Amino acid sequence: MTILTNITIKIWRQEGPDTEGRFETHQIPEISDEASFLELLDILNERLIEEGKEAIVFDHDCREGICGTCSMMIDGQAHGPQKGTATCQLHMRTFSSGDEIVVEPWRATAFPIIKDLMVDRAPFDRIMEVGGFITAPTGGAPDANIIPIPKPVIDASMDAASCIGCGACVAACPNGAANLFTAAKITHLNLLPQGQAERYKRAEAMVEKMDEYFGSCTNHGECEAACPKEISIDTIATMNVDYWKSKFKNRQHLDR
Amino acid sequence: MAETLNRGPVSGTAVTSPAKRKPFFVDFYSTAVGKKYVMALTGMIGIGFVVVHMIGNLKMYLGVVNEGELRVYDIDWYGEFLRELLVPIMPRTYVLWGLRLLLIAAVLMHIHAAYSLTFLNRKARSVKYQSARDYQVANFASRTMRWTGIIVALFIVWHLADLTWGWANPDFIRGAPYHNIDTSLSRVPVAILYIVANIALGIHLFHGTWSLFQSMGWSSPRFDSWRRGLATAIATIIVVGNVSFPIAVLAGVIEFDPDAINCCIEGEEGG
Repeated sequence: MTILTNITIKIWRQEGPDTEGRFETHQIPEISDEASFLELLDILNERLIEEGKEAIVFDHDCREGICGTCSMMIDGQAHGPQKGTATCQLHMRTFSSGDEIVVEPWRATAFPIIKDLMVDRAPFDRIMEVGGFITAPTGGAPDANIIPIPKPVIDASMDAASCIGCGACVAACPNGAANLFTAAKITHLNLLPQGQAERYKRAEAMVEKMDEYFGSCTNHGECEAACPKEISIDTIATMNVDYWKSKFKNRQHLDR
Repeated sequence: MAETLNRGPVSGTAVTSPAKRKPFFVDFYSTAVGKKYVMALTGMIGIGFVVVHMIGNLKMYLGVVNEGELRVYDIDWYGEFLRELLVPIMPRTYVLWGLRLLLIAAVLMHIHAAYSLTFLNRKARSVKYQSARDYQVANFASRTMRWTGIIVALFIVWHLADLTWGWANPDFIRGAPYHNIDTSLSRVPVAILYIVANIALGIHLFHGTWSLFQSMGWSSPRFDSWRRGLATAIATIIVVGNVSFPIAVLAGVIEFDPDAINCCIEGEEGG
């Protein structure tokens, strides 16, 4: 274990959705390199509470990279400089003594700031509600492997399904687009036999719901680079094709 | 909570009252993904045009050719050929005008889609990041598309005024491209303008050609690695080809000689 010294944290503080925010600077004299970034904030918060100040509000939950709750821009990158991990799995060993680390919330009109680093990502739920599921009878789980699916297909579907909905794609996108999130959710189900019945309905509904909140894709690829699950922008191509086809194939249009 | 309780059916198969459908194109174009399809399709028309335009211009280097009894600049002859495309099936210049109208429509739609998407994107992040962003893969080309696009659009207007309508070239002679290009590009500021604009075009194509495959959804593990190569190739060919003309004019490789030809240019000695 090594001890990092003299870390400066420049962190965004904002009282509420409608108030002006500002950067606040804190010194961390000593921190273990084994501390995760969230633990650094925990330690800082404890100090703030002891000093009688208000703790920094930030989203976090599982702290093992699977829930997609933690969300912050660290030094201008969503989830910080380490590839393929969420903020909770970013450790202080990525930084060096004397570093100044700038922390900011996700910035998107669709993700209003609730307080400090916490943003409201409800528009993702709105997108999921219109098609991020399959319609199936509930009850006992069906037998495993009752629908045979080729291994490469299930792998590709699983790669897309690994999306944890953290919003890093929107945060990293210079246009504030949610195409990678929506594409991952659409691709996950549209590759599988269970997703076929509602395939085009799903693509159409989810893309058009996304449109109500987010910007447009200009194919920079920043989302893919920021994604803690390293989901490929190939899913965006899949979504675009399915959206185009939905305009011709959508079964709900057959009766019109 | 209130929202959860009040929302309507969310099942994918729930029967909802059918909304009145807009005409297909309006409906499709109303979404950002639809606009990106339009950007890609019109961009492909544009790429096709610039490639053919550059190859056609290479005829400058063929200089004077014999067409039977006539001695003419090959590019002048080529210009006439374009006006006579598909004659006598179609009257003279009809096909050329058809292609021009297609191109004009494509450029206008490309600009409109870019314009409305830019405003959508501005709205999508109304409060900017307050600290410096550290971009990972967005390159200079992808981040300057709007600027290179505006440069190219303004250049097109100048280019038409210079070599199609002749307003910007005091020595302009209608129907004599070789002469017009020589007189226009002999002016050093104009030559520099052409070089700068074509480099902007190359940067625009470097991202645009790659990007259109994503927008069109043309993704395949077999060909994805070719996209970057194709974009680089098209951008390089266009820039090298087009930038060579002002340089060749300034270097004297392209030099109009009225005595070398015996046809087709009115009001010129030796014509």
